[in-house]
Amino acid sequence: MNDKPIQRYNANERTNHWLVAILFIMAALSGLALFHPALYWLSHLFGGGPWTRILHPFMGVLMFVFFLGLVLRFWRANYFIANDRLWLKRIDRVMRNEEEGVPPIGKYNPGQKLLFWTLLLCMLVLLISGVVIWRAYFSSYFGIGSIRLATLLHALAAFVLVLSIIVHIYAGIWIKGSASAMLHGGVSRAWAKKHHELWYREVTGDKQPEPPINKKG
Amino acid sequence: MASQDIIARSATTTAPSSIRHQEEVAKLIDTTKCIGCKACQVACSEWNELRDEVGHNHGTYDNPQDLSAETWTLMRFTEHETDEGNLEWLIRKDGCMHCAEPGCLKACPSPGAIIKHANGIVDFNQDHCIGCGYCITGCPFNIPRISQKDHKAYKCTLCSDRVSVGLEPACVKTCPTGAIVFGSKQDMKEHAAERIVDLKSRGFDNAGLYDPDGVGGTHVMYVLHHADTPRVYAGLPDQPIISPLVGLWKGVTKPLALLAMGAAVLAGFFHYVRVGPQRVEEDEHPSPPDTSVHVVDPAVHVYDPNRPGGQGEERP
Repeated sequence: MNDKPIQRYNANERTNHWLVAILFIMAALSGLALFHPALYWLSHLFGGGPWTRILHPFMGVLMFVFFLGLVLRFWRANYFIANDRLWLKRIDRVMRNEEEGVPPIGKYNPGQKLLFWTLLLCMLVLLISGVVIWRAYFSSYFGIGSIRLATLLHALAAFVLVLSIIVHIYAGIWIKGSASAMLHGGVSRAWAKKHHELWYREVTGDKQPEPPINKKG
Repeated sequence: MASQDIIARSATTTAPSSIRHQEEVAKLIDTTKCIGCKACQVACSEWNELRDEVGHNHGTYDNPQDLSAETWTLMRFTEHETDEGNLEWLIRKDGCMHCAEPGCLKACPSPGAIIKHANGIVDFNQDHCIGCGYCITGCPFNIPRISQKDHKAYKCTLCSDRVSVGLEPACVKTCPTGAIVFGSKQDMKEHAAERIVDLKSRGFDNAGLYDPDGVGGTHVMYVLHHADTPRVYAGLPDQPIISPLVGLWKGVTKPLALLAMGAAVLAGFFHYVRVGPQRVEEDEHPSPPDTSVHVVDPAVHVYDPNRPGGQGEERP
């Protein structure tokens, strides 16, 4: 058996991911500074309140631009497939680290796919609403009703995005081997087979049939 | 004004100082006495050292056309046709209303950039202002303006510097017809009541005081001939309230959202503690299968026709 690691992310993909991640951390910290008084001290990380206000939208726009890079690269792999429904039904077993009855899935599990589409939706809402409430350049083109709605949607989308990323980061800590895949690019064959069997078979050309999953199992 | 006089402060979740009792002040603007001379606008710009850019005539008497970071008060002129077909020239001095429940203060994310004094004056502290414009989003009266020079928010201070040393606001001092008066809020209400009796006796049946409840009352009040329809005075809101969108954005949802984020982090931590990480065993170098032991798949039954009895293989 070949035990060479499988490449999961190439250097460009990894760079792109971490650019988005760094920009997200910066945009999130500066946004949280203005989100609630309890977190206003975060504005000191950016040189005070006015600098936080000035920098936040630029970091957000850059994050969106780089995120588009990830979308273009990975959107196809995030289409839902037949097994995903059953996987989601068995999410409780996945959460308990149990594998029995959990169907094999492709390069991404449905949780990752849901995250992908949620991130895309949140980023779009953040971008559009963010432009509307960007006082220095754009707000004068919008009425007060749109600005109020945009402000609310911006906070809401940011909240969903932060929650999603907390889940995303935790998944990387929980599933050993996934963080190093994003850092170094490779995963072991065993890892690929265990977590993304359909992808593993696709990459390795391994046609080994698996016992069918009993729906009742 | 002394720091003990600050009874509300933006982006502050603890109670500000509240031991001092001060009488609430108010400015009363009697639209029925206003002749539209704009002396108040000039007095405002003189006292506050504001010199707005000279604009253009847009076909109305409003000059400049709108409030700005350098125009804190503005006469708005309306040609109003009554139901009887009479033409009325309504003139309203626009500017900050100094709400008891200020939408700007509720929306502001910067601690102490907007404060409310015990006497009711709502003031912006440009030193703490970060220029985000949330005060504009929160204001039900469309008053604050962000300067394009320094990106700070500005509006009428009710001459808090003058009031703190016992003087009336500059616009009040200069008004030649006595249309603007200043004093304790109670006195101003009584004064307005007298004016309203007078107006009613002269045929203005709907005359009344504008001190809207939706924002907890204001410290700038109007006597209106048509208090039933404030909107005819260049769009003065009939029922001003802090927009429900702003309420939803800045209300109980934010601490709840903060709690949810904290809970998500904790949930992850305890998942790790209770369930633990997912590791792939036999990483990298899987051991070759041991061929010395004959492994029997329990699902497979071997049938040997040569063996008597024809039974399947005995299993342990």
